Amino acid sequence: MKVASFPARAVRPFSRILRVTPPNLADLIAFVLLAGGAVMIVRGAVGVAEPLSRLSITPVALDPWNLPWYALRTTLRMFAALLASLVFTLVVATMAARSKRAEQIIVPALDILQSVPILGFLTFTVTFFMHLFPGQQLGVECAAVFAIFTSQAWNMAFSFYQSLRSVPSDLEEVSRGFGLSPMRRFLRLELPFAIPGLVWNAMMSMSGGWFFVVASEAITVGNTTVALPGIGSWLALAIQRQDARAVAWAVGAMGVLILLYDQLFFRPIVAWADRYRFEQTASAEQPGSWAYDLFRRTRLLKLLMVPLLGCGRMLMMLDRMPAARPAKRDDTTSPIGEIVWKLIVALLLVAAVWLIVDYVGRTLSWADAFTAIGYACLTLLRVIVLIAVASLIWVPIGVWIGLRPRWAERLQPVAQFLAAFPANVLFPFAVLAIVRWHLSPGIWLSPLMVLGTQWYILFNVIAGASVIPTDMREAASMFGVKGWQWWRSVALPAIFPYYVTGALTASGGSWNASIVAEAVSWGDRHLEAAGLGSYIADATVAGDYPRVALGIATMSVFVIAFNRLVWRPMYAFAERRLRLA
Amino acid sequence: MATTAAPAARPLVQVDAVSHSYGRSGAAGQVLENVDLTLDENEIVGLLGRSGSGKSTLLRSIAGLIRPSEGEVRLLPDATGTPPSVSMVFQTFALFPWLTVLQNVELGLEAQRVPPAERRTRALAAIDLIGLDGFENAYPKELSGGMRQRVGLARAIVVNPSLLLMDEPFSALDVLTAETLRTDLLDLWAEGRMPIKSILIVTHNIEEAVLMCDRILVFSSNPGRVAAEIVVDLPQPRDRLDPPFRALVDDIYAQMTARPVATPSRDGTPAGTTLATALPVVSTNAMAGLIEEVDAAPFDGTASMAELADSLQLEIDELFPIAEALQLMRFADLAGGDVRLTPSSRQYASADVDQRKAIFAQALLAHVPLAQHIRRILDDRASHAAPARRFRDELEDHMSEDYADETLRAVTHWGRYAEVFAYDEDRDLFSLDNPT
Repeated sequence: MKVASFPARAVRPFSRILRVTPPNLADLIAFVLLAGGAVMIVRGAVGVAEPLSRLSITPVALDPWNLPWYALRTTLRMFAALLASLVFTLVVATMAARSKRAEQIIVPALDILQSVPILGFLTFTVTFFMHLFPGQQLGVECAAVFAIFTSQAWNMAFSFYQSLRSVPSDLEEVSRGFGLSPMRRFLRLELPFAIPGLVWNAMMSMSGGWFFVVASEAITVGNTTVALPGIGSWLALAIQRQDARAVAWAVGAMGVLILLYDQLFFRPIVAWADRYRFEQTASAEQPGSWAYDLFRRTRLLKLLMVPLLGCGRMLMMLDRMPAARPAKRDDTTSPIGEIVWKLIVALLLVAAVWLIVDYVGRTLSWADAFTAIGYACLTLLRVIVLIAVASLIWVPIGVWIGLRPRWAERLQPVAQFLAAFPANVLFPFAVLAIVRWHLSPGIWLSPLMVLGTQWYILFNVIAGASVIPTDMREAASMFGVKGWQWWRSVALPAIFPYYVTGALTASGGSWNASIVAEAVSWGDRHLEAAGLGSYIADATVAGDYPRVALGIATMSVFVIAFNRLVWRPMYAFAERRLRLA
Repeated sequence: MATTAAPAARPLVQVDAVSHSYGRSGAAGQVLENVDLTLDENEIVGLLGRSGSGKSTLLRSIAGLIRPSEGEVRLLPDATGTPPSVSMVFQTFALFPWLTVLQNVELGLEAQRVPPAERRTRALAAIDLIGLDGFENAYPKELSGGMRQRVGLARAIVVNPSLLLMDEPFSALDVLTAETLRTDLLDLWAEGRMPIKSILIVTHNIEEAVLMCDRILVFSSNPGRVAAEIVVDLPQPRDRLDPPFRALVDDIYAQMTARPVATPSRDGTPAGTTLATALPVVSTNAMAGLIEEVDAAPFDGTASMAELADSLQLEIDELFPIAEALQLMRFADLAGGDVRLTPSSRQYASADVDQRKAIFAQALLAHVPLAQHIRRILDDRASHAAPARRFRDELEDHMSEDYADETLRAVTHWGRYAEVFAYDEDRDLFSLDNPT
């Protein structure tokens, strides 16, 4: 038992590592990777601090040598937003889980924000941040980062909140029985339990984020046009100059970028997070990552973890709350406080409604509202048709792949990669095709809406099909269940819960994408499909804030209603009847 | 060692008139009613009862995890004025999957701000004591169930508790593993190698209780009360085949079967079920199985519960609900630890499928007022259909939401089997149209 007195994971004291451990090859490779990363972060950060006027002195240029630099700036924006989302998640979701009153406001708010068209907000936030840092690039940077943040934060916070609420009761009893202080409980129990869900949602958020970073770097609001150095601006310029080669460069750069961040950032994190999966039996397959294995093999570089672990220890040392015998009655709140609280909430609600109606109503009439609703119906029709078409295509393919483990293993990452790839980078090619063959924009612009989101359907269906129990499949083949009957009674019910998850994500994404997909341009040619997306896009370009607000509000109502009336009941049905227990 | 005979057993914990209810107040959610209990030093006390008898709630009240709605749990300080510390072992082990065995064991010490060096020494000592050497760096998912429960045990004793609480600690393990763990624990206890002064163990396994405990408190259910207190003065180590051991097990079975008949027969009428009676979800297959088992040789219509439990490998938690469901429908009488089949169930045992259904339907309508009620309403209505919601609401006037749900599920299952009425889950609707 002496052998095992040092757990493999523990980091030995600093001096001891220096003395005992010579660096190895893995150290060298990892060091070069990390040092490179650090230099890039510093260089990128220097650019952010420059004044706004520099942007007009050195505008974005379509020189491939600039592309790595632009890609770096874009990536940094992404990670800044991810960091902000993480902080937001840890603070807000924890608040919601700890306080009943905070929960009453935060949870519905998150639920709605998850399904609201974020692109539409860009108009308001850019103006706000530019006033906050006048004459500074930082203001526009903040606006761009904020736009990405709004596409990432909500589902991460929601997942974290749900994890905190579903901490296994026996583990919670253990921590209460031992009198763990709130901080310790958070670090030991709640955070580890929530990590797998959080990592998965952060990955999904990043995928969505690429889409917005492209849309938010080159911003035109009214008369102001700002182009931050980045792939999005490069793309905007390429479209303006009708430079197909430059667009192709952007597509390539995007592909490389996503591949790199996936391999160097998310794979290692997923591999690491696997240990926090809440299961009592070892699972057959564990996610692997060469980068993670590399860092685990390093000897000297573990030094880098020392300060991090030290921080954790400091946090634990800091909290000196007495470990009291914890016994409290079921939380009862005073009825008066409850009434006061409800009154405050109700007042705030009334004030907010009045504010919106007043703002929109000052310039707009009922006719405008009906116009917006009409356009919304058009977009709704597009979303429904496209999701149906995408389902018809991808469900059979997904099932086929999912039933073949070898293929599934290889193609699942591809589907995830495609979902992460920002589809708006590909829009120019579609526009070229439409212009060349004189197609109707009203119909042929529509597929762009699902271009990026259809993959959610595919990879969820693959996941669903790959967990159909073997005995079920064997029983089906024994009784000669084939053809349509096989689909009806085996495949479709089995994948349905997964399909609903995928289709829900895809439809939400499509609504959002409509803002950029329904109005596209190529040089001076503008193609437009009538719909709520182009309505919002036009209003944004014209700087017509009331119409933007009206458009966003209408879209929000439609998305939320669609979720409540269609997806939720389907989800509930799937949960109740089709879950393979 | 006859610890119960020790003259000056100092009390550790005093439970005074504890009652507890969940959810809405009132009789509906009550799980514990007026429970008194004193735990002394040097004794192992068992809380024996079925699920729903509130024994886990009582254990959690003593652990300080739950504050009972009424009454008081007092931890009595020793001569130096320090109150006894408690620690708990869980049925589900409750290990942190992301911590190693060592880290799991250190958890409680960490919470007490024990310095790292001392923490490690003590944790290693506990791991050593409990027989987990060599597994310090393993993660729980790498261990077998028995090993995991050993970790749970080491984690509980490393903080030097004076009272060890165990919540069905062996019920998630297979028979052999459970037996080894029990023996090891008893050995450690007998040799005085643990700092523990007293053990309180919740179980629904009668033999386990007799094997381990110095004192057994038998709980009745709905709401939980202490129905009987049994002192076990057999010397340790005990032998399951020892006649006094068997006699005691039989005696406990008798006590547990005696109770449900005794309570309702206050006014002289036989035990009656009303609309407000909560019904257990018992499969008709299990009921048929038990009838067949008791009807056949060697029992021939009368079997002792202890023997049945033994031959069918059922714990009381599984056996009692089936037997009581039979009693409810007058298929069997439970008395003196025996199940005695009634003529109708002996007829049932020899009948074919359709006759069985007819016999069952008759019994269901005659003795389960809720089934009767549903059937009458379906008959009265022109549509011959009624939403289940309405009956659930009716039941909720008398019992908690969970019980109402369970009761309705039980009656639905029985009604479907007997073809007394049909139920459509999608529409949550009772009706008379059976698909033909």
